[in-house]
Amino acid sequence: MKHVKKECVAMLLAGGQGSRLYALTQEMAKPAVPFGGKYRIIDFPLSNCVNSGIDTVGVLTQYQPLVLNEYIGNGHPWGLDRVHGGVHVLPPYESIQGKSWYEGTANAIYQNISFIDRYNPDYIAVLSGDHIYKMNYAKMLDFHKKNNADATIAVLEVPWEEASRFGIMSADENNVIYEFAEKPAEPKSNLASMGVYIFSWPILKKHLIDNENDEGASKDFGKNIIPMMLNSGNKLVAYHFDGYWKDVGTIDSLWEANMDLLDPNVPLDLHDKSWRIYSRNPVMPPHYAGVHSKIENSMISEGCNIEGLVDFSVLFAGVVIEEGAIVRDSIIMPNTTIKKGAVVEYAIVGEDCVVGENAYIGARPETIQDKDTWGVAVIGHGITVSDNAQIEPKAMISKNV
Amino acid sequence: MANMAKVLGLIFANMHEQTVTDLTKIRAMASVPFGGRYRLVDFPLSNMVNSDIDNVGIVTKDNYLSLIDHIGAGDEWDLSRKTGGLHLLPPYGNSHGVYRGRLEALAHIKRFIQDSNAEYLILSDADVIANIDYRPIVDYHIETGADITVVYGKGNFTTEQTMTKTVLSINENNQVYDLLVRPEISGEHNVSLNMFVVGKDFMLNVVRDAESRNLYSFEVDLLQHKLSELKVMAYKFDKPFFQIDSMDTYFKSNMKLMDKTLRDQIFLADSPIYTKVRDDAPTTYGLDSNVKNSLIADGCIIEGEVENCVLFRGVKVEKGAKVKNCILMQDTVVGKKAEMNFVVTDKNVIISEYRSLAGTESYPVFVNKGATV
Repeated sequence: MKHVKKECVAMLLAGGQGSRLYALTQEMAKPAVPFGGKYRIIDFPLSNCVNSGIDTVGVLTQYQPLVLNEYIGNGHPWGLDRVHGGVHVLPPYESIQGKSWYEGTANAIYQNISFIDRYNPDYIAVLSGDHIYKMNYAKMLDFHKKNNADATIAVLEVPWEEASRFGIMSADENNVIYEFAEKPAEPKSNLASMGVYIFSWPILKKHLIDNENDEGASKDFGKNIIPMMLNSGNKLVAYHFDGYWKDVGTIDSLWEANMDLLDPNVPLDLHDKSWRIYSRNPVMPPHYAGVHSKIENSMISEGCNIEGLVDFSVLFAGVVIEEGAIVRDSIIMPNTTIKKGAVVEYAIVGEDCVVGENAYIGARPETIQDKDTWGVAVIGHGITVSDNAQIEPKAMISKNV
Repeated sequence: MANMAKVLGLIFANMHEQTVTDLTKIRAMASVPFGGRYRLVDFPLSNMVNSDIDNVGIVTKDNYLSLIDHIGAGDEWDLSRKTGGLHLLPPYGNSHGVYRGRLEALAHIKRFIQDSNAEYLILSDADVIANIDYRPIVDYHIETGADITVVYGKGNFTTEQTMTKTVLSINENNQVYDLLVRPEISGEHNVSLNMFVVGKDFMLNVVRDAESRNLYSFEVDLLQHKLSELKVMAYKFDKPFFQIDSMDTYFKSNMKLMDKTLRDQIFLADSPIYTKVRDDAPTTYGLDSNVKNSLIADGCIIEGEVENCVLFRGVKVEKGAKVKNCILMQDTVVGKKAEMNFVVTDKNVIISEYRSLAGTESYPVFVNKGATV
């Protein structure tokens, strides 16, 4: 079948287990984790694609894909149910060479070369499915073309002391990258890769094939492809991004990124109509703030029923906060009920949980003597916390207590 | 049970507009906003979808732009189908202009009805808010061998209310033996919910006959005048419903949604009320916000005080503003320190800073779409 040519196809890496989110990713891949009151993490890169005019997106799944598959469906919520292009979920598959899981980020793209080639694109964008940010990839593509680059890597200036956690680029005054180091102990630059790449497709394709033939390679963009391209004299340029960007791969960063939404000084405005973040919307009535409710500094989604106190918190659709319950500095995921008199502080409570009457989850940091024992408490999905139960800060609950 | 694939749903988008003229100046009855995020058409349409009816026509007369915008291709109701699905039926080019009543409207869409593979039709107006399963009603219609089944509700009504309604007298077999159209009789009555089940062939014959005699009213020319010749059965709907028959009931029906037990009988998880998705962010509550007993849709930004209100999507209540007993439709902005009591604002209204605006419970102030106060 002949396909309509697409200038740029996006490949979204969504197979990651997100093992550092523990209880929250036992049954779903990291990109499917709920975020920001009505979204899942993957809504951000997907919406960025659509808002940037990219209408052909491959979503590479591997770990626990059920929730993600169902969520993406035919792509309608993002306007990606297209006759030509649209969103395609791409799991690993069995071929004449045998069965093979995606072994690394580069291998995942390699195994889908034929998918990309159907659209005969000039460029491909390789994106991560686990970052929270709003970015216009069309501007980045213009920059890529203007610089006649073979690869363009979006970079962010990070504080020097954090630079060793990232892939670090060294670039000259024309933004041409001359050195790349993956998580260097002694960083020579503070330009961190955001995991957002644009490649000229024929060049990337050649490197993917070469990399695949290299037995010892770990088949990863950061570890293999970028260094290979640098060594073979390709032009790699750094594209500076100065907006909000956060990797939500850990409990702390996931909690912080949600809390950032409540801070008017953080430049990530979800109410901005010119760059909407699309999601699969729950079919629920408006939320109800009751006669005894007290809600401040929070984000509340549809279908919630609130009779208690909510402060500095993010509540997803269908959450019930009963009278006398207190929720502070916490994230409560869809359809969870916090019963009468329960207190939830500095916690992430998963989907479909019930927190029993007078239970106490987490604690405020100022009440803890030994700061090392303090952290955000996490309740996994579908958990029942019995009446009067106490859940310590930093606890990670994945079965009923 | 009835094969619902053989049922065609028809929604009359423009009936009863004269009862809420403030709201229908610029839109069809069916697209009157309700309950924070809905349009009236969402209720009959979702009820049909939840009753496994996947072939629905929306019959319009005029003022249907906002309805087209709301319904689109019917995706949100899962009615964007290869066969059947949702059809918007505007007045027909070479027909006799704008129709005067339900019978005449049906005459305009005879072809559409004829071509459908339905055996039964459900006719519904857009004035009733309820969660209704039509399946047992179609079963009842078939079992009783009725020509027409009228869905009714029981309630206490004022003269002003009955003057907008059809009142039924029913015998012990639930057969309608008398029927009053827009009478002036207060008290407890059985009122038509303006939902009917009819056989397709029966209806087409009636419509052809009415056309040749220049008759147009379903209630007067058919139900009332032919009552003795027909078997008209009544089906009682005994769950909560609101019937919009005036600005007063419109206001009070919105306010009644604060009652959780009522809300839980209209918005059911296994038969949800669908509506157009706007992709608004969740509502943001700011520092010092104070909200009590209110129903609030997505996309609002609340920094002031809100009590006993219904806030539609994208409403802004700025710092120090006090809003009580109000219905604020989409994207209304209440400026700093403005005060409002018993006000209904249409879409995109701006209430300037420090303004004060008050109506009374019986006469809420209405502010037109796009107005700046």
